[in-house]
Amino acid sequence: MEMALWQSETTSGLVMKVEDALEMACQTHPGMARSHNEDSVACEVASGLVVLADGMGGYNAGEVASGITVSVLTTEISQGLLQDSPTRCDQNSGDEYGVLLLRDNIQRANASIYTAAQSQPQYAGMGTTIVSGLFYDNRVVVAHVGDSRMYRLRGETMEVITQDHSLLREQIESGMLSAEEARFSKNKNLVTRAVGIEERVESEISIHDVQIGDVYLFCSDGLNDMVEDEDIQSAVYAMQGNLPLAVEQLIQMANDNGGRDNISVILVKVKSSFAAPNQWLEKILNWFRK
Amino acid sequence: MTAKLILSWNGAVIREYPLNKERMTIGRKSYNDIVIDNLAVSGEHAVVVTIMHDSFLEDTDSTNGLEVNGVPTKKHFLQNNDVIEIGKHKLKYINDHITQTTSADFERTLVLRGSARPSSAESTGDNMKSPTGQNKSTVEEVVAKTGKFDALATATSVRQAIATPNSAGKIAVLQILTGATAGRELELVKNLTTLGKPGFQVAVLTRRPQGFYITHVEGGQFPSVNGRALTNQAHQLHDHDVIELAGVKMEFYFKDGRG
Repeated sequence: MEMALWQSETTSGLVMKVEDALEMACQTHPGMARSHNEDSVACEVASGLVVLADGMGGYNAGEVASGITVSVLTTEISQGLLQDSPTRCDQNSGDEYGVLLLRDNIQRANASIYTAAQSQPQYAGMGTTIVSGLFYDNRVVVAHVGDSRMYRLRGETMEVITQDHSLLREQIESGMLSAEEARFSKNKNLVTRAVGIEERVESEISIHDVQIGDVYLFCSDGLNDMVEDEDIQSAVYAMQGNLPLAVEQLIQMANDNGGRDNISVILVKVKSSFAAPNQWLEKILNWFRK
Repeated sequence: MTAKLILSWNGAVIREYPLNKERMTIGRKSYNDIVIDNLAVSGEHAVVVTIMHDSFLEDTDSTNGLEVNGVPTKKHFLQNNDVIEIGKHKLKYINDHITQTTSADFERTLVLRGSARPSSAESTGDNMKSPTGQNKSTVEEVVAKTGKFDALATATSVRQAIATPNSAGKIAVLQILTGATAGRELELVKNLTTLGKPGFQVAVLTRRPQGFYITHVEGGQFPSVNGRALTNQAHQLHDHDVIELAGVKMEFYFKDGRG
């Protein structure tokens, strides 16, 4: 019985859709200290897309900035995926269409926020961090700006894949602060890049092969500032069989430790292969085009 | 309140310098923000970079170096009451901001624009000849523009406070009662302890400020506590509760930390 099930999964695995291959869970919580939540999250399993944004700005401007970013990315990218395959290589930039979708739409969100902030005084200076993952063809393309992170659990090892765009990290890299001194620094929350603050934004994009069994964690600093990496790892590892519970556990740990900031958590588990079905064909066609 | 440096010589206070600029230079030459007219002091001796409420001291390749609290130092993240010694002169760093922090100030995220960042060129001291600090308080400027925030916080201290064990100094223990490993004791020192094997049958024990909880994670069988099966909810554990998971019985209890 078990065996037969397993076999049928692998045979159909050749044309596995991304939505059947991934399991996602996401949640956002205002935390214990803030009256409102400036974070926004979205999980679009049909598109293999997750977006997490941590907004900043007075009054409700933070929510507006993170909300704009999440809605621009989810709407535009799911539309874009209907037009073309994410694996298609763009002739001009040499990048894949999937990469362009993330980069261009973060730029688009940036323009929307920047324009709104310029025209409406109550939104002046608003901005947001972002971390977004687009899963296709057994890979994840991750784009980020600011200090929202993506971690990967593979086997028992959890790693931070994104590098924060924060003053603290820059100080450590330039040798101004040692890692030890950084633990006691009071300016953990100064980000050096954000979406919507300037006319253009440079997002950092990287592509990673995924493996079956990998669990990806996307979070705002409300999680990783309050919970040690070791505890994040043990919770995700122990609860990988129940993602909604794992998400709740992470938020609860952040709140138990004080919950000083809004907390957003997205978990994505790779259950099976989701190779692009026409990859070999496309490769041959590309080869002929040369 | 702005942090400040108090310059003294042989125990006599010479002058106080509020750290109200992003970069304050220290040296013998008259264009420095803090001038120490003594031949043991280099023309451009050191710089203090202040960002929000944090100040960093850096020796700018001075001839005779400097000491902080008696230790020769090149770079230092200044703490309240640190004493910087340059030759026979002393500079005491006073920053009583930390005690004035309110919880509302904590953990705001703040954007630093490019111009507000101390670039590597600046920290090597190239700008020392512009004493009028054109990038005066750029952080404050950003704060003004963005309509916010006082960004400071030490999450670390809070975390440490909470990570201390049970308030009565007792350690929670799980002892296996049946099966091949009967008698074995497991001290619950971690915030989360996994029972079972991921992918099959898993329950977790979590340590929270209110106490210890058991939660069913995955698997066909729900663990039971004192003979009653758990639901999907986390269940708080009490001293001498008996847990049964996949046919193995375990007892949860508190023991004396020193035992």
